[in-house]
Amino acid sequence: MIDPISKGQIRPDSRTTPPDGRPHRLQPKWRKDFPIDTGQDEYVSRRELVKFMVLTSGAFAVGQFWLVVRSLMRRGEAQPPAAPVAEVGELPIGGAKTFHYPEGSPPRLLVRLGENRFVAYDQQCTHLLCPVVPAVKEGALHCPCHHGWFDIETGEPTAGPPRRALPRVLVETRGDQVWATGVEEPQT
Amino acid sequence: MRARPPFVRSRRMTIINGMLLLVIVLVSLQLWLLTATMNAWLAGDDSVEVPAAVVSLVCLGLNAGLLRYLTR
Repeated sequence: MIDPISKGQIRPDSRTTPPDGRPHRLQPKWRKDFPIDTGQDEYVSRRELVKFMVLTSGAFAVGQFWLVVRSLMRRGEAQPPAAPVAEVGELPIGGAKTFHYPEGSPPRLLVRLGENRFVAYDQQCTHLLCPVVPAVKEGALHCPCHHGWFDIETGEPTAGPPRRALPRVLVETRGDQVWATGVEEPQT
Repeated sequence: MRARPPFVRSRRMTIINGMLLLVIVLVSLQLWLLTATMNAWLAGDDSVEVPAAVVSLVCLGLNAGLLRYLTR
């Protein structure tokens, strides 16, 4: 079939007269949004796509400011009050247990490294939130899902996909109990 | 004095395609900014949120300006 535009029968900028006979600028919005002619229709569809992209741009800007607000909220957060999380005699050297600090938090992992040495971190891997398990002999915490490794002394990632350190829970021994005294977010 | 004739279809399409390309580039920049800022924020770095938000707002302003030009 021969295209009537290329054949010269229809001019590319031709506009069909609307049924009511009024000029195009006086037509209702719905008729402007759904034009009869191919050329006008292409123009409207591009214009609508630009509108949609600007809406997406607005959503990204809102997300960016949401991060600013969350950041300000995080700065204003006080450390939770200290709380006992385990008995000293409860864990052998090299042993570990999970706890929640503060109440309702994601699970934390307490590991006994020596007679009076305890460390505690978030149990969730910073890669994809799989639970990490202690590998005390290797001096590491291991995420078995994707073979991520963290230094057990610092919580820093040492191998595998994780790029961020595990948040550290500050712990100290008071008498025969281990107390959590705060949470330390990793710094880059 | 005669009014300036409207752009012919081919020129209007060139203009709108150029604008669309520019908007897509700016939106891609915003997407990259948001993911990079989120990554830094999750790592405990609070120093990049405000500058990134300002740049994102500038991008939104440019996009809105282009849209305004297009729809006026």
